[in-house]
Amino acid sequence: MGEAVDRGRRQLLTAATTLTGAVGVAFAAVPFLASWKPSARAKALGAPVEIDISKLEPGAMIKIEWRGKPVWVVRRTREMINRLASVEGFLADPGSERSRQPGYAKNEARAVNPEYFVVLGVCTHLGCAPMSRFELGDAELTTSSPGDWPGGFYCPCHGSKFDLSGRVFRGVPAPTNLEVPPYTFVDSGHIVIGVDQGSFG
Amino acid sequence: MAGQAAPAAAGKMAALVAWIDARFPMTKMWNEHAAQYYAPKNFNVWYYFGSLALFVLALQIVTGIFLTMSYKPSAADAFGSVEYIMRDVEWGWLIRYLHSTGASAFFIVVYLHMFRGLLYGSHRRPRELLWIFGVLIYLALMAEAFFGYLLPWGNMSYWGAQVIVSLFGSFPVIGDALVEWIRGDYFISDITLNRFFALHVVALPLVLIFLVVAHLLALHEVGSNNPDGIEIKKVKGPDGHPADGIPFHPYYTVKDVFGLGVFLVLFAAVVFFAPELGGLFLEAPNFEPANPLLTPEHIAPVWYFTPYYAMLRAVPAFAGTQVWGVLVMFAAILLLFFLPWLDRAPVKSIRYRGPVYKVALMLFAATFIMLGYCGLKPAVEPFKTMSVIGTIYYFVFFLAMPWYSRIDSHKPEPARVTK
Repeated sequence: MGEAVDRGRRQLLTAATTLTGAVGVAFAAVPFLASWKPSARAKALGAPVEIDISKLEPGAMIKIEWRGKPVWVVRRTREMINRLASVEGFLADPGSERSRQPGYAKNEARAVNPEYFVVLGVCTHLGCAPMSRFELGDAELTTSSPGDWPGGFYCPCHGSKFDLSGRVFRGVPAPTNLEVPPYTFVDSGHIVIGVDQGSFG
Repeated sequence: MAGQAAPAAAGKMAALVAWIDARFPMTKMWNEHAAQYYAPKNFNVWYYFGSLALFVLALQIVTGIFLTMSYKPSAADAFGSVEYIMRDVEWGWLIRYLHSTGASAFFIVVYLHMFRGLLYGSHRRPRELLWIFGVLIYLALMAEAFFGYLLPWGNMSYWGAQVIVSLFGSFPVIGDALVEWIRGDYFISDITLNRFFALHVVALPLVLIFLVVAHLLALHEVGSNNPDGIEIKKVKGPDGHPADGIPFHPYYTVKDVFGLGVFLVLFAAVVFFAPELGGLFLEAPNFEPANPLLTPEHIAPVWYFTPYYAMLRAVPAFAGTQVWGVLVMFAAILLLFFLPWLDRAPVKSIRYRGPVYKVALMLFAATFIMLGYCGLKPAVEPFKTMSVIGTIYYFVFFLAMPWYSRIDSHKPEPARVTK
């Protein structure tokens, strides 16, 4: 051998060492990256919550917190439910095709029981909290002409508007309807948020 | 230094320097970066902002270290600990106002420093890498400011972070998992605050310092540009140094100290008389603790992010996703990296460039300010239309540059620097 350098052998060894090292680095990175995922405690705190709706008046709304997000339950009046069909022409996604909701809430009322509307109070634009604006003909809000506001939700951050089923109006920044969380009725007066309909048998 | 009075002491000093120099390149570094670093002699007022940015970085690090001594990075204690710093810690209010005003001052200085580059072609060959390090510093600075803004745990801190973190949720497929991973929870929580604290006080300052060193090394390798946009290294004097260059120390150290004095007068005026600057530097909703269930009436980021925020809002949702606004916003920043290659003018400095670039640049500066103003305002008319026009012009300025910078007329550059 003497002084001669076997370049092929050196290249092979360098490449093999580099590759082995890179694989090692990739494996070593996993624990650090995974440590950013929700911890066991965060997951436990994100468990389902129960709401008592037995005292909710028609036309009223209650807010509770689930996973740090506001969940709204609106007890809609008969007129409110009837009005849902009339605004369809102004909506971006009336059939909730592109929006997020469990299968059992993919209907006009976006609810299991049309009387009780359960939705996340988080704007689908950038996560602000919309406000309830239930009065008909609210002077500040319109769908197409002044005084025609059918009641719904309004996001003060960037002006997104939603109807009483959380369906988004056309021409606003929010791309999709408000998200409906998984929920289930345990009995006529109680809803559990975070569990899918039917999982309580 | 010691002079004639103490030749023995001077001899001992020289011996000490020689002892160090044999073990560490102290004198060599001092000469390379100060005493024998030849900078063009025609620097004007625009050349203060680099050294000022360095000063503000040092100020932020020092005040930041002292703030961490009293601050508690937890959702339960953060807001209270900031109030504690403001009311109970001796001089705590000053340290915090220096830090909060320093953040805005940092961006003012950096924006002026970047504009200087556009004026005199400082991004042009051979300073492309210098420019790229600069853009990376700007990016790191934005990340640093964003993470820091959550720490007081005020309601604007909270909702600002909520909006910005949600941006990542608009990416298809991975969006939701990515957002959950960034937050470490199902919402912006104690866990998020704690990790933003770690990033703000350890990770990003280290990245910033590393990038600033790289920026300075690149600068001292190629040499500073100047208002005439010509290379002083081309004409050397009999001593072998650039004929139009003067040693950075003492000439520019003294000049920069003067600039620092002027800066500190203005800075102190804000710190002492208007630390909130009418809600621009510290926003009113941030004087209430974070409330995950109550959005402030109007969410606006701090002023230095608002031009990009206006762009984000200017793009409508399309095909069921609002990822386009996010992409436009990121593209607006990424474009800066390509500037050295977009600019095709045969001369660098605005002094010798034609009317097209002069007008384009002034319009660009005006547009950037207009976008910043729109980003502070609610998303209603006329700000919506202004944001759309501003966003379009921002991109036209960069993307049409290869064309208009070439057809533009120009004057001949001088061989030597002018005044």
